[in-house]
Amino acid sequence: MSDLPLDPALTEGRVPDRVPEGVPELHEVGCPPELKERIEELMGRYPDRKSASIPALWAVQRLYGWCTPEGIKQAAAVMRVTPAYLESVASFYDLLHTEPVGSHKVAVCTNISCWMRGGDELLDAFRAAAGGDEDIFVTGFECLGACDIAPMASIDERYFGPLEAAEAATAIEQLRAGEDVLPEKALEKRPLAGDADA
Amino acid sequence: MPETRILLKHAEDPELRTLTGYKRYNGYGALERAYRELEAEEVLKELEDSGLRGRGGAGFSMGKKASFLPRGGGMNKYLCCNADESEPGAFKDRELMQRNPHQLIEGIAIAALAADAGHAFIFIRGEYDLQADILDAAVAEAYEAGYLGQNILGTHRDLELVVHRGAGAYICGEETALLDALEGKRGNPRLKPPFPAVQGLYGGPTLINNVETLANVPRIVAHGAEWFTSFGTEQSPGTKVVSVSGCVQRPGNYEVELGIPTRELIYDLAGGPADGREVKAFYPGGSSSPVLTGEEGLDLPYSFEDMAAAGSMLGSGSIIVADDRVSIPHMALRTARFYHHESCGKCTPCREGTNWTVKMLERVVRGEATPMDLDIVASVQENIIGHCLCVLGDSMAMPVGAMVRKFREEFEEVIATAGEENRIAAVQGAPETLGAAT
Repeated sequence: MSDLPLDPALTEGRVPDRVPEGVPELHEVGCPPELKERIEELMGRYPDRKSASIPALWAVQRLYGWCTPEGIKQAAAVMRVTPAYLESVASFYDLLHTEPVGSHKVAVCTNISCWMRGGDELLDAFRAAAGGDEDIFVTGFECLGACDIAPMASIDERYFGPLEAAEAATAIEQLRAGEDVLPEKALEKRPLAGDADA
Repeated sequence: MPETRILLKHAEDPELRTLTGYKRYNGYGALERAYRELEAEEVLKELEDSGLRGRGGAGFSMGKKASFLPRGGGMNKYLCCNADESEPGAFKDRELMQRNPHQLIEGIAIAALAADAGHAFIFIRGEYDLQADILDAAVAEAYEAGYLGQNILGTHRDLELVVHRGAGAYICGEETALLDALEGKRGNPRLKPPFPAVQGLYGGPTLINNVETLANVPRIVAHGAEWFTSFGTEQSPGTKVVSVSGCVQRPGNYEVELGIPTRELIYDLAGGPADGREVKAFYPGGSSSPVLTGEEGLDLPYSFEDMAAAGSMLGSGSIIVADDRVSIPHMALRTARFYHHESCGKCTPCREGTNWTVKMLERVVRGEATPMDLDIVASVQENIIGHCLCVLGDSMAMPVGAMVRKFREEFEEVIATAGEENRIAAVQGAPETLGAAT
């Protein structure tokens, strides 16, 4: 049987052209010491170190602005997992960015309650105000859990609402100037609904 | 005003979020009593007797769920607090964590005692950054005060509590997807059985409860099951923090006894629709609950059993009101888009069903559909329900199915009258959201 020629159709084009990436070695990836320490601390919180994958990706994103391929490799080296594993996690979640984004992030809710109260128009207004500025990442977002302040936006991870479309331009100007954004519209300052102008 | 504040009691006090502020109102008194004086079985019995039903959506008895965990040592057991509140219309857990984080921590510690869990996690959605910061600070205070950690109050009991931030995926609110996410994976639901009570986090028995459910625990332990059942109805005891939003004048969280007339919630508390407008329809329990028309729903008692009898559900207790200006076909499309975006893609009926439902509803609002397409929409919904690992697909199929059924004339009218202008607006008006999953 061994004399029979192997049918080339069985193998040609089926041999992977590169070996899958393994777990990178720490000395190969140039991981900044503070990132390494942070991820190690995160891993220590869980009975299984792999549980730290989302927190580790948050740490990478905080350091580099987004989940860069280098950052993912560094986290993978610390966690002893493959970069592909962390990439698969990062690409699943909306808040982890696998493409470059600006340093400021504006997410405008366009879900049911916000849509009813002008969420789409608010998103348009933010897009227009940012005017293609690459440093300000404006996106529509699914329900952010703040339908009481609809229409609303999450600006650099803090909630603001209810917003008039005209306030988008003010918010963007304040972001650019490094000022507090729409302080009077911050969710944190709102009273309970039942206590407001009783 | 018929608000009955128990969970939101003193919530207007900004100091409440600190340990000192919380203790001013007898905070951690129930924990001290439970840890020092009660056996796990006694706590469990109190919870079962109280009839407390899960506040996350399914409404299952909390005490019963906890009793499903195997008893005895020899294995690591876990408790997960589901704070991944992401259902459109729901924002009650956000309020509870932001204003009173220690109430939740105390509830978790007591529930962990009942379930004999040594590790607890709060899985909070990544978008709730402020609330997660508040929880982090409160957990640190609780460790410092000896309510968490090793040898709690000298009772030789240990509990580690970790606040785990998600990264933006509605599906992680599904309890088995939550476990996968907590184990550091993509949030895909698991096949059940085994149920988490038998085999959950890291393969160990796991109790998973919603924020509001656990926040109820300290007061049940402090005042007893009988006190708790004096609120609400026989089958829906207690109070409920209800999120009311959409076309109402005072949207927000209102805590009421279960069983009050829905009309009181929508009109007396939330102010009802703008003057001269009427409630056309509402989702009684978040975007996954079948919509009720104003006529059929407004006079129903707001309870688990009455909403179920009306063919809908109380769900997470989130009312979204649509007044007579809202186009139901557009609302159906907005609903379907959410579930399409959030489908994890694991099960075919959900992945494809949400996709095709969006496409068909887009055709409807563009005026390109035929009335027969509405039958196809309805049949796609029927083919999703019950055919997937989790209920995400069902959560689209139920409300969309109900809308097509109850407002069929309006759908047909939209198909017939959608003009050129509408065609463009309908498609462009609904923006692409971030990173569609499928």
